[in-house]
Amino acid sequence: MTDTTLDMSLKGTMTKPKERSEFAHTIDGTVGKPFLDGKDTKFHCRGVNVFYNGTKQAIFDTSVDIGKNEVIAMIGPSGCGKSTFLRCLNRMNDTIDGCLVTGTINLDGEDIHAKAQDPVLLRARVGMVFQKPNPFPKSIYDNVAYGPRLHGLAANRAELDEIVESSLRKAGLFNEVKDRLQAPGTGLSGGQQQRLCIARTIAVSPEVILMDEPTSALDPIATATIEELIDELRQSFTICIVTHSMQQAARISQRTAYFHLGYLVEVNDTKTVFTNPQHQLTENYITGRFG
Amino acid sequence: MSTLGILLTLTVLAAFSYYIGRKRSLALATPVKRGGNNLHSLPSYYGYLVMIWVLIPALLVFALWSALEKPLLTSTMISHLPAEIQNKSPDEISLTTNRVLSLAADDAARTSAEPVMQAAAEDYRQMQQTSSMIKTLLVLALAIAGGFIGWRYIKPETRARNQVERVVQFIMITCASIAILTTVGIVFSVLFESIRFFGHVNIFDFLFGTHWSPQTALRADQAGSSGAFGAIPLFVGTLLISFIALLIAVPLGLMSAIYLSEYASTTMRAYAKPAMEILAGIPTVVYGFFAALTVAPFIRDLGSMVGLSVASESALAAGIVMGVMIIPFMSSLSDDVINAVPQSMRDGSYGLGATKSETIKQVLLPAALPGIVGAFLLAASRAIGETMIVVMAAGLMANLTVNPLDAVTTITVQIVTLLKGDQEFDSAKTLAAFALGLSLFIVTLILNVVALHIVRKYREQYD
Repeated sequence: MTDTTLDMSLKGTMTKPKERSEFAHTIDGTVGKPFLDGKDTKFHCRGVNVFYNGTKQAIFDTSVDIGKNEVIAMIGPSGCGKSTFLRCLNRMNDTIDGCLVTGTINLDGEDIHAKAQDPVLLRARVGMVFQKPNPFPKSIYDNVAYGPRLHGLAANRAELDEIVESSLRKAGLFNEVKDRLQAPGTGLSGGQQQRLCIARTIAVSPEVILMDEPTSALDPIATATIEELIDELRQSFTICIVTHSMQQAARISQRTAYFHLGYLVEVNDTKTVFTNPQHQLTENYITGRFG
Repeated sequence: MSTLGILLTLTVLAAFSYYIGRKRSLALATPVKRGGNNLHSLPSYYGYLVMIWVLIPALLVFALWSALEKPLLTSTMISHLPAEIQNKSPDEISLTTNRVLSLAADDAARTSAEPVMQAAAEDYRQMQQTSSMIKTLLVLALAIAGGFIGWRYIKPETRARNQVERVVQFIMITCASIAILTTVGIVFSVLFESIRFFGHVNIFDFLFGTHWSPQTALRADQAGSSGAFGAIPLFVGTLLISFIALLIAVPLGLMSAIYLSEYASTTMRAYAKPAMEILAGIPTVVYGFFAALTVAPFIRDLGSMVGLSVASESALAAGIVMGVMIIPFMSSLSDDVINAVPQSMRDGSYGLGATKSETIKQVLLPAALPGIVGAFLLAASRAIGETMIVVMAAGLMANLTVNPLDAVTTITVQIVTLLKGDQEFDSAKTLAAFALGLSLFIVTLILNVVALHIVRKYREQYD
């Protein structure tokens, strides 16, 4: 009873109300447009499964393409595997004991699980920003210079200064911290810390930036700043962002992927996902009627 | 009544008072069916409140009386003694007093003593019995009166919980003060004895003298009547052995901590860590004979093979074994602080393409450094204060040398040698032990304070 009334009220906001029967109801393959048919593909994932401790499967047979210079948002309820999938893309799951990833993930046509592939170099190409700001207990300058120093990106101090400054500028933080680059990074506010972490990631010039709920620990103003930043960063990087906020996904992403209990249920242009979902589960989730 | 009897009676009274206090609060409360419970606190708090009224005054009086009983009775007994005894010197009066007290406790000896003494002992016994009776009556009367007052005091609006909590808080403060006062007492006794020592020996001769030979003569005409109390050889020996020990313990401990926290699998860690901590549980005397009987001869033989003359009791042997002993301090504490570095730091570093060793060197160790320094200082103060290994393996020769192959001696070893066997408490030789103890105490105190300060600073970093 309540189901139908709720349906009516929420569907009023949609462009094209659908009948229940028009939705896909079962999960057998991903609906929508998960593949880009080879044009400008950055990540090419086919049949990805993730197991924890050999028994618990966290991701089931996930296949999706991620395009160059796009922002793809991954949404879904807690525990649906979106963060786990994100961590597959730069092999961060390797650092977790008992975690096994199967299937194919290609980055620019190279298999990231190939023997010749060094996960350390991969992570320099695919940077990551975490849910909670995690600046190192070092100065702001050293935080940003950390990656370039590791990878020997700067030949001398002047070049390093330049990398640090441009990274901080791209992260929209330079003007706020230019007078105190030697102050500890942990002394910044939460939003500034997260932008510092983004600057740190940018400093190694990755091709892809993975963001795992980067604004969930931040207030709305800091969130807005980071969202603007993500939109600017799209010019130079591919960005995969996991978020719990559907508004955020709608604001910043070009494509949206909906995960449910380890299955990739639906991938499509963000606009389509939010206005005309193909799957009943997606529609339930985006209308806040999950369950 | 005997002490035990009084205490047992008090226990029974306390249990009973708890019961009646609780009962009375319930009886006074408005029943639930007529508007509900109007008690300020839970009924058990009223029980505890009455119990406090019964116990605290009674126990205080009991303790005070027991403490003051003996001195008061003795002085009364002395004032009852005949005038010719009272006019004697204080030393003789104290002798007489001791004799009377022992006679009072021993019926068989009393019959054979001289009449004056017998009378005094009898007098003392009588007073003791009266005092004991008054004490029993007073304590029990106080307990019962306290119980009655407490019982009358209970009203539904009595803030029993707050009062009970205040009393409990006071009891806890008392417990804490006992530990603190004991420490203060020890420090002051060492301090005063040291000051007496510095009355015999100039403080600068002690602190900066290079010759240690603490023999003093019992009689003025004996040979070697003045000892030499220059503590520099002891300080140098202590530092030398501690340095060798830390040289062994710090790299080994730190490396194993890094292995355990970053590289070892969970299963490995579950077995390896307790196994390492067993090292800390081995009694130091066992390490001592291991050092003296196994390591020292081995080093001497090794030295003679390459043509070095090594003393059979060498600083090196003691230092190596002591180093092994303090490895667990270093590894266990360092392991804890490295583990305490948040996982997000590791993730952040790996996410930037750092390898495991880069992450450890650039992020984990700097982040854990204050804690590691804290572990180092605790290990150092342990090394400086260690006695048994050095007594057994490093010898007693107060050589002023930094050659680890020579025999040296340490502050702690000298304290042991100065205080073992018979000693007179006013000779410089005995008092020197207190001065050494004081300097040792100051050094380890400074190390501990610095260590605690650093560890505390470290804790604030991730808050």
